[in-house]
Amino acid sequence: MFENLTLLQLQQLWWIIISLLGGLFAFIMFVQGGQTLLGRLSKGDEVYKTMLINSLGRKWELGFTTLVLFGGALFAAFPLFYATSFGGAYWVWMLILFCFTIQAVSYEYRKKPNNFLGQKVYEGFLFVNGSLGVILLGVAIATFFSGSNFLVDDNNFSHWQTPYRGLEALLSIFNLSLGFALFLLSRILGALYFINNIDNDIIRNRAVKSIKIDMLIFLFFFLIFLFMLFTNSGYGYDANQVVHIIEYKYLINFLQMPYVFALFIIGVLMVVIAVFFTIRFERTCCIKTAGVGVVLTVMTLFLNVGLNNTSYYPSTFDLQSSLTIINSSGSHYTLTVMAYVALLVPFVLAYIAYAWYQMDKVKITKEEIEDPTGHKY
Amino acid sequence: MMEEHLVDWSRAQFALTAIYHWLFVPLTLGLGFIIAFMETIYVKTGDEFWKKTTKFWMTLFAINFAIGVATGIIMEFEFGTNWANYSWFVGDIFGAPLAVEGILAFFMESTFFAVMFFGWDKVSKGFHLLSTWLVAIGSNLSALWILVANAWMQNPVGMKFNPDTVRNEMDNFWDILFSPVAVSKFLHTITSSYIVASLFVIGVCAWYLLKKREIQFAKKSMVVAATFGFIMSIFVILTGDESAHQIALKQPVKLAAMEGLYEGKTDAALVGVGILNPKKTLQNDEDEFLFQVEAPYALSLLSFHNIHAFVPGLKDLVYGNEEYNIESAQSKMDKGKIAVNALKMYKIAKEENNLINIAKYEKILNDNMKYFGYGHLEKPEDIVPPISITFYTFHLMVALGTWFLVLFGLILFFTMKREILNYRWLLISAVCSIPLGYVASEAGWIVAEVGRQPWAIQDLMPVGLAATDIGTTNVMISFFMFATLFTILLIAEVKIMLKQIKIGPKGGH
Repeated sequence: MFENLTLLQLQQLWWIIISLLGGLFAFIMFVQGGQTLLGRLSKGDEVYKTMLINSLGRKWELGFTTLVLFGGALFAAFPLFYATSFGGAYWVWMLILFCFTIQAVSYEYRKKPNNFLGQKVYEGFLFVNGSLGVILLGVAIATFFSGSNFLVDDNNFSHWQTPYRGLEALLSIFNLSLGFALFLLSRILGALYFINNIDNDIIRNRAVKSIKIDMLIFLFFFLIFLFMLFTNSGYGYDANQVVHIIEYKYLINFLQMPYVFALFIIGVLMVVIAVFFTIRFERTCCIKTAGVGVVLTVMTLFLNVGLNNTSYYPSTFDLQSSLTIINSSGSHYTLTVMAYVALLVPFVLAYIAYAWYQMDKVKITKEEIEDPTGHKY
Repeated sequence: MMEEHLVDWSRAQFALTAIYHWLFVPLTLGLGFIIAFMETIYVKTGDEFWKKTTKFWMTLFAINFAIGVATGIIMEFEFGTNWANYSWFVGDIFGAPLAVEGILAFFMESTFFAVMFFGWDKVSKGFHLLSTWLVAIGSNLSALWILVANAWMQNPVGMKFNPDTVRNEMDNFWDILFSPVAVSKFLHTITSSYIVASLFVIGVCAWYLLKKREIQFAKKSMVVAATFGFIMSIFVILTGDESAHQIALKQPVKLAAMEGLYEGKTDAALVGVGILNPKKTLQNDEDEFLFQVEAPYALSLLSFHNIHAFVPGLKDLVYGNEEYNIESAQSKMDKGKIAVNALKMYKIAKEENNLINIAKYEKILNDNMKYFGYGHLEKPEDIVPPISITFYTFHLMVALGTWFLVLFGLILFFTMKREILNYRWLLISAVCSIPLGYVASEAGWIVAEVGRQPWAIQDLMPVGLAATDIGTTNVMISFFMFATLFTILLIAEVKIMLKQIKIGPKGGH
């Protein structure tokens, strides 16, 4: 089946899969967003805080796993990106890893007796992971559009051209605007998740209040990002694989891929509608709408930057070193093998959905958290 | 040109992450199954004792699991951050198992982990038991894929070199998955992990018995773990034998280093215990050992399943041995340099669109490609790994493995046929054996990884070429950053574990 596809078709297929994984990862970051809301929503009440942490704690590994899969899929499908970005933007990725490492232990260790660092430190870890980790991820993703300083030599070995090893990306308003937008979006998703998952009016009211504020700031940063994206030049390539700077490239991409643009608009609208219904009509199930909206929005942004003859990882140092889905991908054979493996993804999503459904049939209550016999974080 | 010491720091960083990661993984791999056995007994019998027992071990599993996951993610991304050239040169092959691991194993573990811990009163008994088994299977599947990837680095198969992209490309997935090295590495590693977990359970139970508390709980848990550990100890000997055979066939220099064998021998004896002579070098005629106890013929038998077989020594492998048709490293280096040069000429011919030269240099490259990595070495002696580290860790691993088999046998016998509470020496030995399990397991990895130096990919890519050209200071800073973090988290884990053990199964969950 997949053997009969051309290399270009496989590259496009894999970019679509990567885009979908990126979208799913952005959605799952509601865990990170929720972690930054612990103080605001619990207001120092230990029982509320424990309810919030236990609600997130049953999902945190999915985010972690999606990040691992996102990395693994990029490694297999686009190894030159893996080598160039991770080896080049060293410090951005190292700091992201640091932020995720401290998250992994925090849920399990926070309340355990004799935990060496104390409860507050682990809660601090969760906040750092939810804030700095997410902002850095947003900045790293923004470089897909804005580019980085690297050179790819004749042997396809890459060489970073600034001594700051990726930290220079933090000086760009464009990159930061996406970083902050992603951070605020994850908080909105976190609040929507709590509203859906926890049966408690006080937490619900506080979550709604936080969504109102976060949504306004999110829109500010997201609109800056979109404005710059649509007015800036982008990096396209011609039939000979020669990379050119093209004015309004990312706007043109959307216009030349109307289905993708339509999905992008639908995705953004779903997020807005989910927030509106939560605030106005006190709906509790809007995490689902918002979740689909986020997946569509982020996925279509990835499709925008990778398809339609666009360089998805441009080099601002040497234009012709820019990475495209054509020059950075795995071989036809590997992409084919991996495509067969990817057929299992729907199966995986199905059992995740089933387990999630089984576990969340009954919402978290104060009584459950105060039960001394249950396992809790 | 890479900065001086950059490669050493990159190696140190990866070794640090791998060693810390492997402190947590073996327990997860084995304890997952032990818990699943216990919960199965609970579901079959309905006996609440087994439910409580399962929950206790699950708590320890979770504490250990969290930090194993945390260190694991660093390893995956370090291939990109610290070994960028490697990531391109073999990413087409190496990335695939990592991605499959993510899809097939990690999601299974993480999804059912939540059900296993929080689903006791939310899902049916059967679904909960299934979740526990799936967590155990998922973590072992995860090990399968990463070990397949690692085995490929030790024995690259199923690929061809593409001079246009300057990388190795996969051409047979099944060759990679089912290579004999991958199969033996997977089986040997997971069975050794089951032993670590069994030792942990037995050691904790022995501590309770020494304190005369949780007696029923401790005895029953001991029987489960000792049975598992005893069976796995036999299996680990068999898989170890196959591993050694594969090393003899695919990495003879590593085998020679493992045995401190400088001169090749027929009817070669296996060193049981020995002290290497520090004055011995490849160039002098000093004795190899200051002291050694040998098992006659055993090395030939172990290596080639023939008691009279010739086992090449380091000198044969470095300087060649015509009698046994062993090519010298210098000859391989010459061919490697021809391959490296042919690649350069091929690229020039491509730019000039000179079809005759393209074909000519492609043929030269293909003829010499299996020695490509040798073209980047400076001298023949570079192919020899650190001998003393490889030798001592190998022998330590074997000695400890033998002790574990004896210990499991004794524990089973005394638990089932005698009153084990009366045998304090055995209980103390069991407690002391917990760290020994970790020592043996780490030693195994040191043999595997130090023993294959200087190769990142056996014969194809030396580590010096594989590293990211990043600046030593960056790697040093991140090394200390993660060394500090991992150490803090390790201290936290140990303290929490000890406290939970002290609280015991009656302490609730």
